[in-house]
Amino acid sequence: MARSKDKGGQEVNAGSMADIAFLLLIFFLVTTQIATNKGLTLLLPPKQEDDEPLEVKQQQRNIFKIQVNSLDRLLVEDEPLGDVSEIGNMVYEFIINFGNPGDVKRGSDEVSDNETYATLPPSMKAFIRNNLSSTESSDGPSTAIVSLKADRGSSYEIFIGILDQLNAAYNRVYGERVGLTAEEFRKLNRNDPRDLDLYERARSGIPKAISIAEPTKVGG
Amino acid sequence: MSKFKKKSSATQEIPTAALPDIIFMLLFFFMVTTVLRETEILVKQEIPRADQLVKLEKKKLVTYLYVGEPKEDQFGTESLVQANDAFIGIDGIIQWVNQEKDKLSEAERDQITISMKVDKNTKMGIIVDIQTQLRDANARKIMYATPQKSNDGN
Repeated sequence: MARSKDKGGQEVNAGSMADIAFLLLIFFLVTTQIATNKGLTLLLPPKQEDDEPLEVKQQQRNIFKIQVNSLDRLLVEDEPLGDVSEIGNMVYEFIINFGNPGDVKRGSDEVSDNETYATLPPSMKAFIRNNLSSTESSDGPSTAIVSLKADRGSSYEIFIGILDQLNAAYNRVYGERVGLTAEEFRKLNRNDPRDLDLYERARSGIPKAISIAEPTKVGG
Repeated sequence: MSKFKKKSSATQEIPTAALPDIIFMLLFFFMVTTVLRETEILVKQEIPRADQLVKLEKKKLVTYLYVGEPKEDQFGTESLVQANDAFIGIDGIIQWVNQEKDKLSEAERDQITISMKVDKNTKMGIIVDIQTQLRDANARKIMYATPQKSNDGN
């Protein structure tokens, strides 16, 4: 008699066990973060040889100067600037200024400023004709350099803020050139041949010339 | 008729006792394979956010440098550079880069990408020093690893 009772209770109801395990599994799947390799990329200039000092005279108008002091105050084109987020627009207008585009082929892809200008969409050309083409700003994208000089005492946070703005400006130029938004351009997958073609077309003739200048050791 | 009924009643229940085991195996598989963090980070890491992020395609070519104030007081409060599991000096960076390059195949050595995870309170002086060293070590591709800025407001 007792035996038969035992038999009835011998099997544990294991059906819900799977549910519990599933919950755990889903918890782990959701919470584990796969490390993402995302960030702001930067290509450093090649190693400088000691015996040949690299002195390339650049016209002042072709250099967009950003300076940061140890108190994280900005000096952009020799004018104090309060808000980092304004840099993006200024750099955008600086890059596509086309103040004095020439036919000299520069850079690794050998494209002159006039050729670059010819490939721009009509809306950008109109914008340049009406608002830019200032003789006091850059001659053309192939010679335009953005120089960022941060004091040794300035913070990394503001540096990233500025670098972000510079990248935003370049991505906006590249994107608009091929009819994309900056965000769409940024997300182009370079392993896809069609995307790669767009990417190359957007970038040809407009090098991303961001120079991180050696900082001063002492200063304000 | 009665014969048929008996047969069906015998096979009606699928044995589900093994199901939890299968799920548990999956669970253990995930628990074991997910690597939470390869190296123990010895420096403070509060990384500033940015918006214009680029995703790196080849993970194999990426090596990491961590920069920030040490978590433990015994190392002082000055920002330090951590590579792999230990702190390295600024002078040690070239040697470290060469060691990392040796791990890659010959064709890929020049494409090595240094991903820098830097605390936001770090001063730019040390960053520029690292950059100079990386340039000398011919590791020109660098990336400042940052999380995505959230779109709402900030």
